[in-house]
Amino acid sequence: MAITAAETGVIAGIAAKFRTCPATGLKIDLAAERLIKANAVAAVVFLLIGGVFGLLVALTRWPAVHLLPSDWFYLVLTAHGLDVLLLWIIFFEMAVLYFASAVLLSCRLAAPQVAWVGFALMIVGGLMTNVAVLQGDSSVMFTSYVPMKAEPHFYLGLILFAVGALLGCIVFFGTLVIAREERTYEGSVPLVTFGAITAAVIAVFTIASGAIILIPTFLWSVGYIGHIDTVMYKLVWWAMGHSSQQINVAAHVAVWYLIIAVTVGAKPLSEKVSRTAFFLYILFLQLASAHHLLVEPGLSSEWRVFNTSYALYLAVLGSLIHGMTVPGAIEAAQRKNGYVNGLFEWLRKAPWGNPAFAGMFLSLVMFGFLGGISGVVLGTEQINLMMHNTLYVPGHFHSTVVAGTTLTFMAVTYLVLPLIFQRQVIWPKLAKWQPYLFALGVAGISLFMMGAGTLGVARRHWDITFSDAVISFDYPATAFLMMGLNGLFAIIASVGGALYILITVGTVLFGKKVDASNVVASLGPMPQKQVSGAVKEYGSAGTWQLPGTYIIVGVFFITFVLYYFVNWKYLSEIWPLG
Amino acid sequence: MAIAPPEQRIWWNERIERGELVWIAIAFLWGLVMFFMMVYWHIEGKQNLSNEAYRIDPGVFEQRTTDFAEKYKVREDGTTGYPVVKPPAGGDVYMLARLWEWWPVLELEKGQTYRLHLSSLDWQHGFSLQPINFNLQVHPGIEHVVTMTPTESGTFGVVCNEFCGLGHHQMIGRIYVVEPGKTQ
Repeated sequence: MAITAAETGVIAGIAAKFRTCPATGLKIDLAAERLIKANAVAAVVFLLIGGVFGLLVALTRWPAVHLLPSDWFYLVLTAHGLDVLLLWIIFFEMAVLYFASAVLLSCRLAAPQVAWVGFALMIVGGLMTNVAVLQGDSSVMFTSYVPMKAEPHFYLGLILFAVGALLGCIVFFGTLVIAREERTYEGSVPLVTFGAITAAVIAVFTIASGAIILIPTFLWSVGYIGHIDTVMYKLVWWAMGHSSQQINVAAHVAVWYLIIAVTVGAKPLSEKVSRTAFFLYILFLQLASAHHLLVEPGLSSEWRVFNTSYALYLAVLGSLIHGMTVPGAIEAAQRKNGYVNGLFEWLRKAPWGNPAFAGMFLSLVMFGFLGGISGVVLGTEQINLMMHNTLYVPGHFHSTVVAGTTLTFMAVTYLVLPLIFQRQVIWPKLAKWQPYLFALGVAGISLFMMGAGTLGVARRHWDITFSDAVISFDYPATAFLMMGLNGLFAIIASVGGALYILITVGTVLFGKKVDASNVVASLGPMPQKQVSGAVKEYGSAGTWQLPGTYIIVGVFFITFVLYYFVNWKYLSEIWPLG
Repeated sequence: MAIAPPEQRIWWNERIERGELVWIAIAFLWGLVMFFMMVYWHIEGKQNLSNEAYRIDPGVFEQRTTDFAEKYKVREDGTTGYPVVKPPAGGDVYMLARLWEWWPVLELEKGQTYRLHLSSLDWQHGFSLQPINFNLQVHPGIEHVVTMTPTESGTFGVVCNEFCGLGHHQMIGRIYVVEPGKTQ
């Protein structure tokens, strides 16, 4: 029986269309590529919007500038959290999921139509919540703690967005199943894909928690439910709110491994150790909701201690492991590239002029030293008494989410542009400086907010001079200095962020086409191999010499221990409480 | 390469290098130290969060605070007109949070231990005692009882550090701490 044209069309549709990546030899499903592009573009648009809001927040909190009136300040702060913490990051993560499944496994994407429905829901939901906030009656902050009430479409938008993201996760898992069935890869999935699986598993948990709390809250906002318990709301909301940050951690650590593989040829020191570290995230990160309930009434100390420590700090253990294996993998690779002199030649001769590598390494250092340490200290049950709801909290999470996740996603963009968008980065000299500028700004805002927080300055606060309050109170002059410096560094970060958006948009629109002849050059400067035929195996005797990494990790550990106990000392000096 | 399947197909049997194992052991032990530090502080430390809390109707809490203030009011606070309430040393103290004030103003004696009752009449608020810098979350419908011992005299501010709407930044309370037997 002859096959009709229509039937071949259907078969061709299932078979999907591929192109072969000239740099890696991977088969890239064009449907997956279109989705990666769409999600990345949406992410960057929301980064732009949310970034502008962020600058307005910082300029208002700079006492000498005090830009916005109070109602606008609270509105803009709500929108800032929504657009960068949720929309920019989750859209980018959708792109990461499609990349880590379809592209890295050379597999067709499962049900691209479903992925497009998910994308549309995320766009509609994101816009709906933005509209609700900009209308002015939903300035409830990103956390929207009950019984403060937003307009119903504030919650509805978030629900639609979450459903869209869930569809994206389903497509991701479906793609993994297809890749396995069709044997598009040998053995186990790559480590980067394993990290993406970690992120997606946590995402499902996160979205389920979001549904459990946001659907009743939506019904409450339209009047069908009379009462929502305030502590229960925080518990479940943060099972979404904090766990979604763990999606980010899993995703950006996976991207670190991706960037060092491409830029310096790094291999994981041990697949077993790195995968176990990711697995610890899946097992324990979800307990982090407790970090937001350390000074709430009505919970037992046992509950707090167990949950805030992720059960004996086992999720922190995962991050501490990556904190060694990532620089260790770079050192091992660079030593194989021939940079064997001294303790740190491998680091000095790393491709610092490649924005993908530079952004990744800055992110690694800042996430560890600033975000990681401050997070553990902040999440210590009793120490939280000195920090809860002060500016220390945004100081901490700007060093995890912005220095960690956002900077990493910016860095990987310099690889995504030539490999997926197939465009050469325009203005490579400017691109070279972009990660440094952004990292400098973010380091400043993180440190100065944390500093102001230790001096007691409240977060989410329009006027720390309390000029129109009945009772007066004065924060120390140092606190005002910190807020001024925070404003200055926010401007630096904004310039870095604006450069990123200019370069990205400019490249997509005007970048030179990438083809087989120039693809490797388009990935930016790479380390020159000093010896030919370098050892290909990892973990074998002779290649395991990582003195530089041991020193970096040692310095990190000493910093961690000292800072941890200094805070206990500060705590011991405040009024006895019980 | 982390972007390709593991080179050794049976990767879960590969040997873990000594350096990696040592770091994992150190990191795990450090986690235990941090965990037991919190437990230790519950036994030996002096700054712990009270677990004493009750469900309460906001109206009832308001009445109790009003009664408390009437009973122990010593004067009105300078220009603000707030009642200054000085309870007997070592007794129960009430402070309520509402949009957008902490009420009343308290006067406590240094070195005495008080049972501070906190609750909100409307939304969530943040009790941030400055410049001591300790911070508690205050919920409507829950009465939190915290035992507190001021160890220095002076004038202290209670800043609201949980966003509570447009007047959030005007919500300041005050606690005076005086030497035993004296007034401000």
